[in-house]
Amino acid sequence: MTRDIFQPSGQIQFGIFFQGVNSGTIWKAPESGSQTDFESFRRLVQTAERGKFAAFFLGEGLRLREHLGRPHALDVVGRPDAQTMLAALAAVTTNIGLVATQNATYNDPADLAHRLSSLDLISGGRAAWNIVTTDNAWTGANFRRGGYLDHADRYRHAEAFVETAKRIWDSWETPSGPARRVLHEGQHYTVDVTPLLPRSAQYRPVLFQAGDSPEGRDFAARQADVIFSAHPKFDNAVEFRRDIVARSVAAGRGANAVQIMPASEFILAATDQEAQDKKDWVRSLQIGPQQAIAYLEQFWGRELSSYDPDGPLPEIDPVVEETSETRGSGFHGAKARQLADQWRAEAKDKGLSIRQFVTSKTARVDATFTGSYTAVADHLAEYARVGAVDGFNISPWLVPTGLDDIVNHLVPELQERGVYPTEYRGTTLRENLGLETPVRSEEPARVR
Amino acid sequence: MSSSEEKKAGFLAIELDGAGYENLATAVLAAESAGFHAATFTDGRVPGRANALQRAAFAGPVTRNIAVVPEVDTVYTEPFHISTQLASLDYVSGGRAGWIVTAAESPEAAAAVGRSSVEGAALAHEAAASIEVGRRLWDSWEDDAVIRDVATGRYIDVDKLHYVDFETPSDFPGPGYSVKGPSIIPRPLQGQLPVLAAASLVGEGLVPADAVDAVLVSAPTPELLAGEVRDVRARLGASVAIVVELDVVLDARGEAAASRSGSAEETGRARFIGSAAALTDLLDSLLQESDGVRLHPAVLDVELDELSRAVLPELRRRGSLRAPIQDGTFRDLLGLGPAENRFATTATGAGK
Ligand SMILES: Cc1cc2nc3c(=O)[nH]c(=O)nc-3n(C[C@H](O)[C@H](O)[C@H](O)COP(=O)(O)O)c2cc1C
Repeated sequence: MTRDIFQPSGQIQFGIFFQGVNSGTIWKAPESGSQTDFESFRRLVQTAERGKFAAFFLGEGLRLREHLGRPHALDVVGRPDAQTMLAALAAVTTNIGLVATQNATYNDPADLAHRLSSLDLISGGRAAWNIVTTDNAWTGANFRRGGYLDHADRYRHAEAFVETAKRIWDSWETPSGPARRVLHEGQHYTVDVTPLLPRSAQYRPVLFQAGDSPEGRDFAARQADVIFSAHPKFDNAVEFRRDIVARSVAAGRGANAVQIMPASEFILAATDQEAQDKKDWVRSLQIGPQQAIAYLEQFWGRELSSYDPDGPLPEIDPVVEETSETRGSGFHGAKARQLADQWRAEAKDKGLSIRQFVTSKTARVDATFTGSYTAVADHLAEYARVGAVDGFNISPWLVPTGLDDIVNHLVPELQERGVYPTEYRGTTLRENLGLETPVRSEEPARVR
Repeated sequence: MSSSEEKKAGFLAIELDGAGYENLATAVLAAESAGFHAATFTDGRVPGRANALQRAAFAGPVTRNIAVVPEVDTVYTEPFHISTQLASLDYVSGGRAGWIVTAAESPEAAAAVGRSSVEGAALAHEAAASIEVGRRLWDSWEDDAVIRDVATGRYIDVDKLHYVDFETPSDFPGPGYSVKGPSIIPRPLQGQLPVLAAASLVGEGLVPADAVDAVLVSAPTPELLAGEVRDVRARLGASVAIVVELDVVLDARGEAAASRSGSAEETGRARFIGSAAALTDLLDSLLQESDGVRLHPAVLDVELDELSRAVLPELRRRGSLRAPIQDGTFRDLLGLGPAENRFATTATGAGK
């Protein structure tokens, strides 16, 4: 019975999301470092470990984003392969979890499961997989299979994939073997494999999921250990928790089975006023004049470079019927002209220029915590008290120094309030997140 | 080579599979301090063997000079993933990465990914296609594509990014495929990672010789190796570096090599069994014929100990072993010049 009632842990943890490709990481400031040199990653992961962060995340995208038919030029782009980078970071860290965002569509289950096992063993039980899905044929153009999956099949496919991976990880009679053969015969692929790697110190990699549709949430409630969510604001976070608890209970996994870590950005300083000023500076570097125009171009479907970024929104109409956001991001749908009318009205109403308007629409508006260290710490303590989230997955807007103020000033404030770990609980990610040891599935090898 | 030439100095590589994943840092550091120039990492379906590319990546940041060179399969793995993983390995090792291309017949690997088994000459075609995809993707960002131009707000110069538009050739034996590109990671530090493959995989009708930078040469016995090197050189031409494969079992820790070599598995490589002094003589002569030798120790800890104490110092003294290249790239070690970019508008030739 109590299994069905959510119990707040009273704690929050931090992860760092090194996004790579994105518009939020500032590359124009003098202190902006390389996005690919190992040194940037080493510096960030070691700072995070000093701050007792639970996890270091790497994002993934398997095709470059495009803008008006060419690779998008304005944002940070180009990043190392997640698991390769994390294997290297395993060598220079001891406790922090290493989370690889990996696509369930453009990998093979036996191969991905094997590589994640590998990372888990190499790191002494610190590996995790952030499961993402994509069905677009455009990404598929880089792979042997091509685009082969319908949107509707995306999570069914991912679920079969994850179950196969779990069976591969669970196939050990004892920690060192022998393994039992795993068979899966499905609509999209066949797997027939006898696993080769023993179970790790944390039994199997921790599973994160990022995706927000109802299907995505149900998938997470059935399969994931942690949701990398998109709802950091307090009320939304509480509501999202309620939703996930209901879905986890419905899935038979108990109210506390799935942890939640929303994506977030922190802009901090000694005082609230300084933090506000810093925010203006950060935003001006995130959304420059060209970014503002390009943002509109993707919805207008046409070149708008003759428009003044500090003037009003373009009076001309979009040339496309359906909007197509810069390819690679996850926006679909609204009718372009309708959207343009709505935005023009909104901007006019609020007296916003193109640049101000775009800034208000982007730059993780909903995900930002701005304020003094003490004010933000107080605010986060409230999340911990009610159990709105289990932690925050922080995207630093500067690489590689973007965690320094968080680790030096915010973390000690949270530790003083008793809501943030002062030591790692253990050496595996599962221990450090306080997750239960997975129950090994006893199902026999099966074909379906 | 003619006797009037100066004595050549070659390099030594050591295969580290025996280190597993638990003692990897210790093993690769020991190999580096012993003076080995490259560490290789075997892959393939063996119980307990972790992914080779990840082991190489782990070894990258703990070392400074030694090249880290994993085997990566080309038949049942995605060329796009391979290319970006290897480029990433180059970043985490500071430009010391290479790629030993494998294309082994493996019904188990085929079943694991639900494909029908690839055999015979088709294996080399799969390998050739993967190498071509890998190399095109590495070049798909020109070296100076990341411009970070504050004035125009551009992080990259889009004119310096290229679609690779790879299509398998019309005579491709398996299911054909295409890869669009560009890569998702900027051009690796070395531009192009050195690509190595077994000599048996390279040649006419197989992987074209100009697709690889070095071949691994095997013979049934140590005595036959030098002759095999000459045959391969005649077959493939002078542009491909030659690395000789040798299993070694040494007299060590008061035990004769012969008594230690009892249960050795069949590897298809020449096996040297004997004293450190005799191995030194053999390597001395092999390094005159070839560019380098890769040693496969019978028991990593035991052989590595002997090699670092008794063999490598003597080879260095004789002038047949190169000094390690401080902060050098794997290309430097193989004597390869800067890699020209096939897409660069200023390129003068089709460097690999
Ligand atoms: C916080 C967050 C982070 C994400 N990071 C990635 C990523 O790094 N790579 C990727 O391909 N997709 C990423 N996604 C996209 C999701 O995997 C998914 O494709 C998208 O949210 C659409 O799924 P849905 O319809 O269930 O929301 C992310 C999503 C969220 C919410």
